[in-house]
Amino acid sequence: MELTDLTIHEMIQQLRGGEVSSVALTQACLDRIDATDTHINAFITVCRDEALAAARQADERLAQANRDKEDPPLLTGIPLALKDLFVTAEIRTTCASKMLADFTPPYDGAVVSKLKEQGAVIVGKLNMDEFAMGSTGENSAFGKIHNPWNLNHVTGGSSGGSAACVAARQVPASLGTDSGGSIRQPASHCGVVGLKPTYGRVSRSGVVAFASSLDQVGPLARNVRDCAIMLQAIAGYDPADSTSVDTPVPDYLAGLEEGVAGKKIGLPREYFIPGLDPEVKQAVENVVEVYRTLGAEAVEVSLPHTKYAVSCYYLVATAEASSNMARYDGVRFGTRVDPGKGLTEMYTASRSHGFGAEVKRRIMLGTFALSAGYYDAYYLKAQKVRTLIRQDFITAFNQVDYILTPVAPTPAFALGEKTTDPLLMYLSDLFTLSANLAGICGLSLPCGKSTAGLPIGVQLLGKPFDEAGLLSAAYACEQTGEWHKAKPEL
Amino acid sequence: MREKVTREEVMQVASLARLEFSPAELDLLTNQLDTILERVEQLNELDTSAVEPTSHAVPLENVFRDDEVRDSIGVEQALRNAPVQAQDCFVVPKVIE
Repeated sequence: MELTDLTIHEMIQQLRGGEVSSVALTQACLDRIDATDTHINAFITVCRDEALAAARQADERLAQANRDKEDPPLLTGIPLALKDLFVTAEIRTTCASKMLADFTPPYDGAVVSKLKEQGAVIVGKLNMDEFAMGSTGENSAFGKIHNPWNLNHVTGGSSGGSAACVAARQVPASLGTDSGGSIRQPASHCGVVGLKPTYGRVSRSGVVAFASSLDQVGPLARNVRDCAIMLQAIAGYDPADSTSVDTPVPDYLAGLEEGVAGKKIGLPREYFIPGLDPEVKQAVENVVEVYRTLGAEAVEVSLPHTKYAVSCYYLVATAEASSNMARYDGVRFGTRVDPGKGLTEMYTASRSHGFGAEVKRRIMLGTFALSAGYYDAYYLKAQKVRTLIRQDFITAFNQVDYILTPVAPTPAFALGEKTTDPLLMYLSDLFTLSANLAGICGLSLPCGKSTAGLPIGVQLLGKPFDEAGLLSAAYACEQTGEWHKAKPEL
Repeated sequence: MREKVTREEVMQVASLARLEFSPAELDLLTNQLDTILERVEQLNELDTSAVEPTSHAVPLENVFRDDEVRDSIGVEQALRNAPVQAQDCFVVPKVIE
């Protein structure tokens, strides 16, 4: 057993029992990153000195708490890593884009402050699809991310580095963001637990925006309990984010072992489609059996507008993205390329040089959907279809407590397999993006492995703000198997 | 019936988005946008005449706060990432001749 094999829960116990120091844990993570990240490329920036300094502080805090017979803050001394779109004071924040390659924010975002207040040690910033636009982890100006289970396969995205670093045991947990599956899908492909909380549950202040009505911050961890600990640390209302919701944060650990006896789990018939990989289908059906054994009732439900979700999503998300991306103009921060021909030419040259192909494609689609003459036909239409998709879930959740689906139609595909056809890539998100359109919470749980050795995940969806229920349902299933203990050979 | 996206339309949208593309990129984008728009055309199968649009999944209310003076990051910090700055200002190419 190496220190990097410990879960957060185990680290907390050992730190408080004085069996290990935060400096030792942090150094073990840094060593593990040194040993493995040349193959995986999960990190864009490793904050070696800052992390060790924070670890020394954490050790002092632990010693002080011990002397005072008090409990130190929840995450004191725990090494963690962040997707590189959380702004961090004095640590560059690139969004995996050439546009922000040299951008050093002047402040910490809300969740970063919360993690630090809780005593966490930030060891680095994680690779991702540029500005969170992509589903493979390949669209990064800092190089592709490789799946720790098979280095020739993608991690999924956009929080690819956030999933890969946890799977490779470089850190015990990370934060990502999920606008259409960007936490759940890479979590599934890398065999870790990923939680997308309800829209409004976690502050987005200091998170570089992609699609503002869809983006939500969430944790990726090796097991459900660690995910619950992470959510506990970051959830809550923030006056600096007017879309965060002022509703009490429950104790996510208190009800974790409640089980699923008597609960109803909905299986949407529209998600079990012919294109579904047979091994994924089998793994997900096995989970349904597990829940039946645990005393839950599985019933078929219908989400009739599912087949419109991809179209709806890619209009809403790109429209919002094109608007959010307007701020990168080479004036206040970011790359400037000035051909010396005037202001408009400077904007155009800076943006054309700074953004990668997928970001440009989405800005173009979004600008098209919002432009005069097309607004009603595309953007407004998509917003109306969004209402129908949301109503599907409201209706379904009147009948069931949770909804169970595959996370992705297939295990992680090979690097390069889908980069030439954007539509094919967009379609791989079809099971995850409805949750963002509807604003509900969702979780990806490891539940199997393909014959090729790649992880398979199952998705559980919950009612708005029922993260506690969702976590307890996931925990019940997790405890019946060993998938969360699997470790890739690197 | 939707008309195919033309290269000229793509150039017009690129100009609105302040992006420029090479001729080869323009051809590729024209094809890709046309394929994507053909796909999203399926939304017209749905009658949404009586449906309200959703802009946020969570009902939002305007949030008011007291107009209090608070600390801000200051000029130096605000300018530290500026590509070009002078005299505590962001510098941009000349706009008026």
